Amino acid sequence: MNKKLISFIMAFMLVFTLCSCDNQGGEEDDENGLKVDCRGEYSKALSGTVLNVYNWGEYISDGEDDAIDVNAEFEKLTGIKVNYTTYESNETMYSQIKSGGVSYDIIIPSDYMIERMINEDMLRKIDTDSLSNYDLIEKKYKGLYFDKNEEYSVPYNVGMVGIIYNKKQIGEPEKSWKALWDPKYKDMSLNFNNPRDAFMTAQMILGQDLNTTDKKDWDAASELLKKQKSVLQSYVMDEIYGKMETGEASIAPYYAGDFLVMKDENPDLEFYYPNEGTNIFIDSMCIPKNVKNYDAAMMYINFMLEPDVSLANAEYIGYASPNKAVVSNPEYCYFEDEILYPEEPPENIQYYHDLDTETRMYYENLWIDIKLY
Amino acid sequence: MKTVSRIYTVLMLIFLYAPVAVMVFFSLNSGGSVWVFSGFSLKWYEGLMEDTTMLTALTHTIIIAVLSAVISTVIGTAASVGILSLRKKFTKKVITSVTNIPLMNADIVTGVSLMLLFIFIGRLFSLDESLGFVTVLIAHITFNLPYVILSVMPKLVQTDHNLLDAAMDLGCTKTASFFKVILPSVSTGIFTGFIMAFTLSLDDFVISYFTCGHYQTLPIVIYNMTKKTVSPDVYALSTVIFVIIFVLLILYNVVQNKQDKRRTAI
Repeated sequence: MNKKLISFIMAFMLVFTLCSCDNQGGEEDDENGLKVDCRGEYSKALSGTVLNVYNWGEYISDGEDDAIDVNAEFEKLTGIKVNYTTYESNETMYSQIKSGGVSYDIIIPSDYMIERMINEDMLRKIDTDSLSNYDLIEKKYKGLYFDKNEEYSVPYNVGMVGIIYNKKQIGEPEKSWKALWDPKYKDMSLNFNNPRDAFMTAQMILGQDLNTTDKKDWDAASELLKKQKSVLQSYVMDEIYGKMETGEASIAPYYAGDFLVMKDENPDLEFYYPNEGTNIFIDSMCIPKNVKNYDAAMMYINFMLEPDVSLANAEYIGYASPNKAVVSNPEYCYFEDEILYPEEPPENIQYYHDLDTETRMYYENLWIDIKLY
Repeated sequence: MKTVSRIYTVLMLIFLYAPVAVMVFFSLNSGGSVWVFSGFSLKWYEGLMEDTTMLTALTHTIIIAVLSAVISTVIGTAASVGILSLRKKFTKKVITSVTNIPLMNADIVTGVSLMLLFIFIGRLFSLDESLGFVTVLIAHITFNLPYVILSVMPKLVQTDHNLLDAAMDLGCTKTASFFKVILPSVSTGIFTGFIMAFTLSLDDFVISYFTCGHYQTLPIVIYNMTKKTVSPDVYALSTVIFVIIFVLLILYNVVQNKQDKRRTAI
């Protein structure tokens, strides 16, 4: 009898596997009307080769809601097989590559991680002149501190942190980070549950450089965070969605792009950039040193900058796009969005830099103290 | 007393199935939130069909689970037969304990040590890529093996040794008697081992995480969705998997019941 059952299960699994393969194949058939003119860059010359892409989870338009399935389109256009895998933090990606067990052709790290990887000679230079779409990147996102000569990275997404609040519950708070310390919102305010971002909120109030290596600065910020604990409801990361959408909490710092998702669920939510300034991040496409398919990687980077592809990605991800063709497109669902593309962005916008191990250890220990306080 | 035990049972069932019920409920939500129910819709199930990343990962998971379960069942059964036929009691004990070590070992230790081993071997042969399909498969077979051995061995011990002799008396060769007599008598053990291996492999995260390279399985892909929130696609997918396993279990019980009835009839 068991034989029968085993064969039944095996047959079932086989059918299931085949089904899922079928779906993948079926999708390539529908036309999304992608307007990529082939200027010879997307030749089929590398057809049959494999391109290993390592990106954040849910960080590319995947064909949901009839949008472009970016990887499938790229495969169709070039015949290159995209082997798409994901990671959940810069650190995971870094350790995977550092371990040497795998090689990738494309990775998408954030600013400070690019700095570290360049310092450790883990990235290969990108010839941006040969990318026909590189000019579409806005000038202010080129040649940033970690890659001054535009040799290693091509911007993919940008985002800034601001404060989300529920106007029905608390009215209009003052446009400052201090609102998170306001006793009026006792037990209704949240803060980041990771040291760097939580410290940032205090550092901004104290007017510090976010990348300070002065221990006194970190001590001062830590004292301020301890004071906040008497009014704070909790430290959160992903839980913020639930808490803000249901009204369980009414004021919290988070990324502008994620605010737009929350606003869809709860229209009472509003957003502002605090006067003191804020933190900005940028995720850029890079090519690791042990790349195997460099030419295909270059093709992929250029493809990602195509106006239509960039547009689909920007709409799917919801963060600000550094691509001029997207920002100026009136059909873009966040066209001239006040929050993603503020006309008057806060003055003091700072990137995170890769801090030295000693400083990192120092603030991480302070963070443990704060949490136990 | 009866009401107390009934309440207890109901409570148990609620605690066991409430999370699944909530998940199924929100997989039918028309909004993207896990907290606000905005209306009934099947759109996440449709979205699932279009989510190539997740479907590829699902395919990977199933391929690895099926292959590793089959291979570890074969190797494990052979190992059990081998271990039992050892003459010296001491060697037998040592080998049994050694095969059980991966069972006791923390997943993370197994995962990290396997990764190091694979990378080391990769360097030895100067491959620039040592992790991938083969390494996850090997890793899964490794941690599945002890479970198979643990479920086959007791069955083998239970079988009457005279059976083998009887079969050979009746004209079977040694191999034929093994396949015709011994194997069928331990088939329940083998089947349990297979199912154990299959399910363990299906939801393994830690070991796969360290050994998969480009060959990411479903648990890893879901874990990686934390940059944004986990999309409701995942609830839809988990619901589908839950329903499939549920149906399989019911079928299994129905088949077994029928068989039992037939056996008692004889």
